[in-house]
Amino acid sequence: MSDTPKQNDWSKPAAMAIPEGGYFKDKIEQGRYGPIFPKTPACYGFSIIAKIIPGREPNFYEYARNIENAVAGQPDCLAVLKLHYLRWNLFEIKGDTYFQYMGIFDTDFDKYTEDAVAIFAATGLNTVFENLEGFPKDWKTNAQAFIKFVRDHHCPSFLEYGEYPYVSAEEVKKALKLKAAFSDMLDQMQ
Amino acid sequence: MLEFDDIQYILLTRAPAITGRYEFLSFRNPGAGRAWLSAILETVHSVQQARASVEKDNRWVSVAFTWNGLRALGVDESSLASFPEEFKQGMVARAEILGDTGVNHPDNWVGNLASPELHAIVILFARDAAERQRCEAEHQRLVAQCEGVEVLSSLDLEATPPFEYAHDHFGYRDRMSQPVIEGAGEEPTPGTGAPLKAGEFILGYPDEDGPPANLPQPEILSRNGSYMAYRRLQEHVGKFREFLRQQGRTPEEQELIAAKLMGRWRSGAPLVLAPDKDNPALGADPQRNNDFNYKQMDPHGYAVPLGSHIRRMNPRDTAANMNRRRVIRRGGTYGPPLPEEAPEDGIERGIAAFIICASLIRQFEFAQNVWVNDRNFHELGNERDPICGNQDGTLEYKIPKRPIRKKITGLPAFTNVRGGAYFFLPGLKALRYLASLGHAR
Repeated sequence: MSDTPKQNDWSKPAAMAIPEGGYFKDKIEQGRYGPIFPKTPACYGFSIIAKIIPGREPNFYEYARNIENAVAGQPDCLAVLKLHYLRWNLFEIKGDTYFQYMGIFDTDFDKYTEDAVAIFAATGLNTVFENLEGFPKDWKTNAQAFIKFVRDHHCPSFLEYGEYPYVSAEEVKKALKLKAAFSDMLDQMQ
Repeated sequence: MLEFDDIQYILLTRAPAITGRYEFLSFRNPGAGRAWLSAILETVHSVQQARASVEKDNRWVSVAFTWNGLRALGVDESSLASFPEEFKQGMVARAEILGDTGVNHPDNWVGNLASPELHAIVILFARDAAERQRCEAEHQRLVAQCEGVEVLSSLDLEATPPFEYAHDHFGYRDRMSQPVIEGAGEEPTPGTGAPLKAGEFILGYPDEDGPPANLPQPEILSRNGSYMAYRRLQEHVGKFREFLRQQGRTPEEQELIAAKLMGRWRSGAPLVLAPDKDNPALGADPQRNNDFNYKQMDPHGYAVPLGSHIRRMNPRDTAANMNRRRVIRRGGTYGPPLPEEAPEDGIERGIAAFIICASLIRQFEFAQNVWVNDRNFHELGNERDPICGNQDGTLEYKIPKRPIRKKITGLPAFTNVRGGAYFFLPGLKALRYLASLGHAR
């Protein structure tokens, strides 16, 4: 069971080797849009790799500034995705430009898929995907097609590691809040 | 403008019934199914008809079909293929996603509901028992005339006393939080939220995201239709009361435990507004009993535990895109009430409900998969919905409380799924279209 709580183990770094294909065959959990990739010491995540439409590179750099502004303007605009980190890369293979979008988050992507689609539209996250080859033109009204694209282009990990395994972003934030509260308490005691 | 003369009444209207009956049908050949449909559709009310004659009517009828049922009536393959994947697969195939595992697995369902031979449901609501019996006999005669139509099973509904207000066998007041649809002519009560676009519930209209898209074809079949998830949920009343007695020393403490599982007192009074003591007048007042939120009024769950039933089924301001997740609920209770001091009698009783929405995967399945059965909803770690989640005795339930929360371990299952199915609820024109399939058009 992928979401069995393991909060007590946070102090013990852990690594997990993942079989070819990305699933443990004996415990595949079904989500609404298909099988769910397992939770690992590095929580849930995906790595979407796709070829960009030739010549569209400038759109990606413009998009980066848009996202920066969107998050600055509304810091909780991606909250529903329950993210830790997102990373975007462009790289070349034999003269073609490829795009990688890697996310680490606390819930399997299947659960909040429609929310993700809605956020993509609202924040302008979509603009970059529309520059990828094969991205469905009707993605806004066709969640199935969007999800199929994501699943088709997801490269599952074969190994994941967590220095503080299975800890959610919410728990990290709670711990930091607690630390700040103690610090404040000490100030008040002076 | 909503086409009230074409939309089945059950979508937008609630019949003043205290009894009812569901019959589950199978069509051995398309002609028989269409002959049955041609006859029964004369009794199916539109919203307009039901509203016009609600005072004098004594019975209300709805008809809906599984995907297999549409095929059994003679719908062609290209049309069948245009329906959404989850509806085509049916509730049985979606069991794991819905949390219908273990004792709730379709293998354990009753009434042949898990059978691919289940093709149609006819839903009767009646003003009284005499009218129900009359309709039952009438339908028996109709089925007898249509050779090749078989009744797989049926379920009689009975409201549980007291009849002044709707409530389940556990005693919880029901029907307090329903979405209001734009253009349906209803005013939302405080706390209900703004009216939602009709397309969230009725096919063929704009939804909260924009114009309708990807509707089943042909248009005459899908327009003014909707999807219905049927759930027959047994309520273990004896076990529930025993649990309350174990958890609370006094009747007051027991009532509070019951309230903490639901998020409302059994009177309906919401814990956000009445955290320490029941307030039946508040519970009965639709102007006040739904007027609350969580983010500002109860962020940590000191009043309504984060994992309670109403907080999962309608997280209000603590979930994104709530307008895309709402559903219409219909149905009623079945089985005899268990007298207050009586031990569990082993007779099945519960609720037999329909969850109506325009997208089963986005609305019903989401609620079931994420809100009801995600063990880590709101970071709870090891919980599911205490009322209707899949409980196997290994999960817990946490009640936030200062200074230290109360944690119940090994929460028992108070309910079990005894059956279910996905149905398509066509508009009246679509019913006539289906009845006429196979004729030269």
